[in-house]
Amino acid sequence: MFLINCPYCGERDQSEFSAGGEAHIVRPKQPTELSDDQWAEYLFMRKNIKGVQFERWNHAHGCRKWFNMVRDTSNDKIHAVYKMGENPPIK
Amino acid sequence: MPNKYSIFSLIKNSFSYHENWQKAWRDPEPKKQYDVVIIGGGGHGLATAFYLAKKHNIKNIAVVEKGWIGGGNTGRNTTIIRSNYLWDASAGLYDHALKIWEGLSQELNYNVMFSQRGVMNLAHNLQDVRDLKRRTHANRLNGIDAVWLNTEEVKKFCPIINTSPDIRYPVLGGTLQRRAGTARHDAVAWGYARGADSMGVDIIQNCEVKGIKKNGDSVEGIETTKGYIKSKKIGVVAAGHSSVIANMVDIKLPLESKPLQALVSEPVKPIIDTVVMSNAVHAYISQSDKGELVIGAGTDAYVSYTQRGSHDVVEGTLKAILELYPIFSRMKMLRQWGGIVDICPDASPIISKTHIKGLYFNCGWGTGGFKATPGSGDLFAHTIANDEPHKLNADFNINRFVSGDLVDEHGAAAVAH
Repeated sequence: MFLINCPYCGERDQSEFSAGGEAHIVRPKQPTELSDDQWAEYLFMRKNIKGVQFERWNHAHGCRKWFNMVRDTSNDKIHAVYKMGENPPIK
Repeated sequence: MPNKYSIFSLIKNSFSYHENWQKAWRDPEPKKQYDVVIIGGGGHGLATAFYLAKKHNIKNIAVVEKGWIGGGNTGRNTTIIRSNYLWDASAGLYDHALKIWEGLSQELNYNVMFSQRGVMNLAHNLQDVRDLKRRTHANRLNGIDAVWLNTEEVKKFCPIINTSPDIRYPVLGGTLQRRAGTARHDAVAWGYARGADSMGVDIIQNCEVKGIKKNGDSVEGIETTKGYIKSKKIGVVAAGHSSVIANMVDIKLPLESKPLQALVSEPVKPIIDTVVMSNAVHAYISQSDKGELVIGAGTDAYVSYTQRGSHDVVEGTLKAILELYPIFSRMKMLRQWGGIVDICPDASPIISKTHIKGLYFNCGWGTGGFKATPGSGDLFAHTIANDEPHKLNADFNINRFVSGDLVDEHGAAAVAH
């Protein structure tokens, strides 16, 4: 449990947000040409990192907008918050 | 077994004021090489080593554990054991485990305090009723005991439940598996550790795995904080940290690791003699032999390895508990904790070979692995020893995420994951 600085609303309780999982997984451009292995990779396989992870969040009980976040999953510290479509501010 | 526990050993040791009991297992330094190395000294890992030694006659085995044995999810769960799963594959897997549980204390010569006090799952709306009735039928077709109880029968079986029709989520009935129940979770880890150790398995605690060495397409050994250990077969049973190990060899798993919480109350006199679970309002409760109410809460909805959980999750669970059991309104909660559970998209486990020769994974048990401990160990031992799955875990192959042949227990298993 932590506070999240929504890029549209400011700092709010994490319980207002819902987590959308790993960020920057690009939807396949030509889905008809994908093999089963590539589909499995896209749909199911996750890095599930212990450490700094890039992820998507939605301010479900607020502005209802999606955004990205950089968070350390080993201690829940948030390093950066940035809007959808923007490049991550940290490598 | 060198020091068999019995009434005679108890009497003998009473003469020396119980000060001369032998250690239950050794504390060895790692050897240079093993036939099989198991990563993870929880219940599943220790059971795997036990059955490898007992049934497959492999004696040169090490279990490496970064903390202490049973200090992870084995010692953090709410100890519920049941096998009333919907799908055939799951029913086979979990009932295999339940059958081993029934004779486990004798097999291990260690009292795991397995108590078949029954597990009841409540229905709160018409869809719950339909789903749970369907599940009892499916269970019975698979030879698993299950009965449907109407509201009056629920009240009779567990009188402290509020079955008033005017609560927010009224109790419309429930299912009961009488063979289900609870066990002492620490004793399961200790019993398997003692049993495995007596057959020569080295249990190496405080030994963290830092890397896995490959030669081409097969594994050669592991780098640990206690040095390099050679082994041609490595079984990974690291629960919430499975992805961390997988990332060492560039394998991606379909897992997300999340904190799952539980809490216990102050101890009170016996008040609830069964296990009651409710999917719709997410509350499960039982009472330990010490008298504490053992309450299972939900997972946080985001990836985290912090071994704690959010307060709002506990609050939601306790609200549901109080609505169903108003008698507990003045109970004080004593302890709360979290464990990191590795959840698969279909809420079923992975007990599987990988594309790397000699590397096996047993993971993805999510929020419900404890109940499967003996069966999981038995089937994983079979998979490692024969380099191919047993027919009971063939469906829990990692390739099901490629073929699409999922074992979807997410909504079906009568548990809110």
